[in-house]
Amino acid sequence: MAVDIVMPQMGESIFEGTITKWLKKPGDKVERDEPLFEISTDKVDAEIPSPSAGVLKEIKVGEGQTVPIQTVVGVIDAAGSAAGSSAPAPAKTAAPAPAPAKAPAAAAPAPAISRPVAPPPTAAPVAASSASSSSTSERIHSSPLVRRMAKEHGINLSTIEGTGAGGRISKQDIEAVIAAGGVPAAAPPAYSAPAPAAISRSATPPPPAAAPGASGAQVHVVLENAVPREKMYFGNYEIHPMSTMRQRIAEHMVASKRVSAHVYSVDEIDMTKVAALRAKSKDEFEKRYETKLTFMPFFVKAAVAGLRAYPTLNASLDGTNVILHKEINVGIAVALDWGLLVPVVKNADEKNILGIQRNMNDLAERARSKKLKPEEVQESTFSITNPGVFGGLFGLPVISQPNVGILGLGAIEKRPVVINDSIAIRSMCYVTLSYDHRVVDGAIAHQFLHKVKETLENWNEPVL
Amino acid sequence: MPKANGAGPNGSASDGTQVTFLEAIKQAMFEEMERDPAVILMGEDVGVYGGAFKTSEGLLERFGWERVIDTPISESAIIGAACGMSYCGLRPICEMQFIDFIVCAFNQITNFVAKGHYLWNAPAPMVIRGPSGGGVHGGPFHSANPEMYFVHTPGVKVIYPSTPYDAKGLLKAAVRDNNPVLFFEHKFLYRRIKGEVPAGDYTVPIGKAVVRREGKHLTIISYAAMMHASLEAAEALAKEGIEAEVIDLRTLLPLDEETILNSVKKTNKCLVVHEDTRTGGIAGEIAAILFEKAFHDLDGPLVRVTSLDTPVPYAPTLEEHFLPNAKKVFSAAKELARY
Repeated sequence: MAVDIVMPQMGESIFEGTITKWLKKPGDKVERDEPLFEISTDKVDAEIPSPSAGVLKEIKVGEGQTVPIQTVVGVIDAAGSAAGSSAPAPAKTAAPAPAPAKAPAAAAPAPAISRPVAPPPTAAPVAASSASSSSTSERIHSSPLVRRMAKEHGINLSTIEGTGAGGRISKQDIEAVIAAGGVPAAAPPAYSAPAPAAISRSATPPPPAAAPGASGAQVHVVLENAVPREKMYFGNYEIHPMSTMRQRIAEHMVASKRVSAHVYSVDEIDMTKVAALRAKSKDEFEKRYETKLTFMPFFVKAAVAGLRAYPTLNASLDGTNVILHKEINVGIAVALDWGLLVPVVKNADEKNILGIQRNMNDLAERARSKKLKPEEVQESTFSITNPGVFGGLFGLPVISQPNVGILGLGAIEKRPVVINDSIAIRSMCYVTLSYDHRVVDGAIAHQFLHKVKETLENWNEPVL
Repeated sequence: MPKANGAGPNGSASDGTQVTFLEAIKQAMFEEMERDPAVILMGEDVGVYGGAFKTSEGLLERFGWERVIDTPISESAIIGAACGMSYCGLRPICEMQFIDFIVCAFNQITNFVAKGHYLWNAPAPMVIRGPSGGGVHGGPFHSANPEMYFVHTPGVKVIYPSTPYDAKGLLKAAVRDNNPVLFFEHKFLYRRIKGEVPAGDYTVPIGKAVVRREGKHLTIISYAAMMHASLEAAEALAKEGIEAEVIDLRTLLPLDEETILNSVKKTNKCLVVHEDTRTGGIAGEIAAILFEKAFHDLDGPLVRVTSLDTPVPYAPTLEEHFLPNAKKVFSAAKELARY
């Protein structure tokens, strides 16, 4: 019995779809609901399951072709015993290389057929439909517990390599990811790292990232290529799969740049007074408290003063709601040999220089020894990063979501400056503020920077 | 055979002496009959002969023929008579010579003993006890584990202890309980298991499971003889770095859901070991509870190690194949831990 395979309607306003890839060849045996081909529409990319078990008899619409919905794109012999197709079928089922089989897993998942795509976005940014993310998880072997933990920590299961039976993601696997600090603020649910084996010069590049309209609030990030994959592999090369943390960072950065309207402001701060105070106190400080005194706690305190004065910067944006946080929790970027973490100094406004310094040193130390707890990299309300420590004049950081601002510190160095029409040598520092223009306007941003500057230039809090 | 682990509920040593499982049961009956003249014992050969396993040896001499009654070979008559006695204010203990024959009194138990309180406001405070279980080459008529017939019967309580301490404390609690209580004594444990029993009077609460061993990688739930097999397996697992938590249910009805759920929410994996046959065993009920109340805490399928769905074979080799043991628990647990 022949069963027609039709181009499904993937959403109310979708009238045509493009077949990006056939996952079966004519003569291949297919199970009911086994992925048969991949399509791309202007809203979603999806794997289309087979309507019936049997043998794929004929492909009528080839890869790359766009056809209206309900068009017959192929035919399945449901009996699977038709002359000519039965013999090659068993042989061919074993034939496909792992590469094509792996590719669909990386593609955007298929929402249930005929499920209407969510209405056009209102205030929410481009985001994934909930159906997409859930069906992604269903194809991954995990367990109710693992899925719950993934949800709680905003971890995309498809990025985790399972070590359990049959590659299942076990509790230990996800605990390891959480312990490594793999806790993205904006968890993207649809990217799976292609195994190195899947990369070959002949491989078809995956379909472009899905950007469905949605009712959800989370950005759906697929790490996409700017040029076709073939153009990247030339000459001699090595392939290094990204670590999970690297993928997390990549996804988070892309998501942040896509979601937040980044604007940058720069100011210059005369750190002479703080530098003198620090130089005078640091030996005694270290002796007394057994922890080194750096410039960072001064900047944290100054940022706290700025955030208190301009709470708009101590916020998150959910759709059309600005969430003004009552706590001031300052995330501080820590560079690691294997990536970057942003542990959080909680309630920074309630701590003095010593308290902040101790808290920071402890977090940084444990970030390096991989002993941070998941909650210690969560719930920041504002962040600070210090490219200056590597000698940078200043940097323009990407906002760490779900914050709306991040302060970037340049190197502190002595520069000639004009004071009262005379030239003086002062310890100067450029600071930058990257902020989300959806929430924060330039006026607030500059007043905030000015408050930070004023606090540091007129420092009067003792440190010992 | 595993080592005795029969001290206090938490494994703590008490000030008492080491007694066998059987001796603990005898002590419980003796002390309860001393304490309360309403407590009587009846059954086949419990008096002059002192019980087929000598569980009631000396009771006739101490309490006399009016309170230690040798009955005809009719389980239905024993239970029926005891039910009537309990209506009239006595607290009978009925011994089934082998628990296999409790089903001869199935109608009395399920229709009258269990329902009396509900139907006629006539509670039947009585204990039905007897030797159960396999592993002793008793064959199909003398090795049964019929606990689940009664776990499925609202109105009774079902106890199946694993240590002398629990056997004594739970039997005393059963005698004092105002509900009919079925008390299963695994005969494999009778003389093989010794444990400390305190000198003074004590009871063990009915309906409370106990954690016999703490662990974090998986939970092994068991009771009676299989509790010892489970503990032995847990020892072997520990040598491979797998820390199994072992729960002894002790009471099957009412089931201590709280202890089960607390443990599985911690370990996220659960293995149930019972000597009862597979289909309709308590493992199925535990699976249902976990699905209902701890679905999002499960990191693996519920695994069962049970007897096969056949009568208990007579041939020793077949019986060995039929029954669960520490080795089978070990390999199932190892696989589950790795899942």
